[in-house]
Amino acid sequence: MLAVLLVLALLVLAPFLLVAINAVKTPSEYASGGPLSLPSALHLSGLIDFWNRADFGLMLLNSFLISLGAAVIGVVLSTLNAYAIGIGRLRGRGALLIFFLIANVLPQEELVYPLYYAAKSMNLYDTRTSLIIVFGVIHSAFGAYLLSSVYGEFPRELLDAASVDGAGRLRTLWHVVIPISRSTLTVLFTFFFIWTWNEFFFPLVFLVSNSKQTVPVALGLLQGQNMMDVTTTSSSALLGILPAVLFFLIFQRTISRGITSGALK
Amino acid sequence: MSATKKARMPAQGGYALFLAPGMLLCTAVIIVPLIATMVISFTRWQGIGPLHWIGLDNYTRLLHDQNFWASFKNIGILILAMVIVPTMIGLALAAVLFDYVAKRFGPRMAAFLRSSFYLPQVLPVAVTGVVWGWILNPDYGALNTVLNKVGLHSLAHNWLGDPHYALPTVMFTLAWAQIGYPLVMFMAGLQRVDPELYEAAELDGAGWRQRFLRVSVPLIRPEIYVVVVTTTIATLKIFGQIFVLTGGGPGNSTLVPSYFAYKNYFQNANVGYGSAISTVLTAMIVILAVVFLRVQARNQKTEKP
Repeated sequence: MLAVLLVLALLVLAPFLLVAINAVKTPSEYASGGPLSLPSALHLSGLIDFWNRADFGLMLLNSFLISLGAAVIGVVLSTLNAYAIGIGRLRGRGALLIFFLIANVLPQEELVYPLYYAAKSMNLYDTRTSLIIVFGVIHSAFGAYLLSSVYGEFPRELLDAASVDGAGRLRTLWHVVIPISRSTLTVLFTFFFIWTWNEFFFPLVFLVSNSKQTVPVALGLLQGQNMMDVTTTSSSALLGILPAVLFFLIFQRTISRGITSGALK
Repeated sequence: MSATKKARMPAQGGYALFLAPGMLLCTAVIIVPLIATMVISFTRWQGIGPLHWIGLDNYTRLLHDQNFWASFKNIGILILAMVIVPTMIGLALAAVLFDYVAKRFGPRMAAFLRSSFYLPQVLPVAVTGVVWGWILNPDYGALNTVLNKVGLHSLAHNWLGDPHYALPTVMFTLAWAQIGYPLVMFMAGLQRVDPELYEAAELDGAGWRQRFLRVSVPLIRPEIYVVVVTTTIATLKIFGQIFVLTGGGPGNSTLVPSYFAYKNYFQNANVGYGSAISTVLTAMIVILAVVFLRVQARNQKTEKP
């Protein structure tokens, strides 16, 4: 039974292994030995070629800045909204929660054209800023929904104690609520960061110039052009895989906590 | 100004202020564009110049557009690859990893296998598309190269370029990417289950299969439900993989609604028609979400004794 499972796991991982061994071959090695032969030596020319051609360092930086910005805005807005709804118990919170829930399932195609039009007319088109704002706000709909239910069960004694000590709303939020919910906020931040990193549709529409593009958009567009040789193609795939796998390894605990606490795509 | 003053008045006051930045931005980024797209769907508009109000024309045109029907038919088939198959395989794998591997070979082995199956889930979908696009390339792709080397020339196909094979091939890559998600959810769900229930079932003489069907599956029903809902909605929204792998082709054999809308917005300068497609898709997703929520609420009510 275990052997069957290991073979299955190997089959799932096979595309990654194929990409890894062929990214470090020369084209002639691929032609003679095929995709399954092991490379005779580490040939990094395919990787270097692709890195330079796609200006991959810049793509990584773009992806990183956009993901970081969107995650920060998303967490800040989620926290403020959830503080008002979950702890403040505002009137009409039911309607607000339904709104956040619907915002969460909306397909991006339903929002894209007016946003594209607005970005063009405000000179924000083809900027990282436009994507940071859009993704930050969209993520915050999910965050507000999830955090409101967490804050709804926040220990009232702590809030009462803070108000007896004379702390205002803002001080209570900053010194009591945020420190206690830090682990939930970390999960949200991680998810917002990775979701933004993986996004394709909005970056494809908003970022036309090569110097602004993110990793998925740069790779997705090059794929369609069919102008690369086989080892450069697998090199490009490997470079796209590595950052995502790195995040996965770094945030593994946070991610598995998040997936199962309802932090779903 | 007067609005914020008013909000401060009641005893609970002060909190409304915290909602202001979020609601302002949500209005600008979500509410206004949502309404705008709905309005545009009743017009003929090229993205520039004046809008021509044409009432329901875009929607009646949709009803006669075979691309539109093809895109929804494809979604129906893709649900098999993104919802049904991964959920079934995920259930079986979760039960085996939890019940057999973790007990016999330790939790680390189970965790290792779980991570292996989950790995495709962490990649951006566009990168997944690049990986498979290379493997499946008819001229230099790894799959056909291997098939030719071992003499199985007749099995080598133009996987993504042949209308007969394109959709099944896309489905295979989607199922590959999707299996890890239900697996992780179901394993977490099984951890929640009280071990005494298994022991009781075992004492009653229940075999492995019966324990799985009578104890495990009913108890992780909430997780199964969440997985089915979220993956169904994800299927309706699918875009990136299609964009990278096939561009909806050949013909319209892998066309999906979101890609169809994208083409009308940005390639055909047919913004009104694209908006109508998006609006139909949105309506379907929202209705589906509401139905699912209702069913879930009812289930929770009846489950409570």
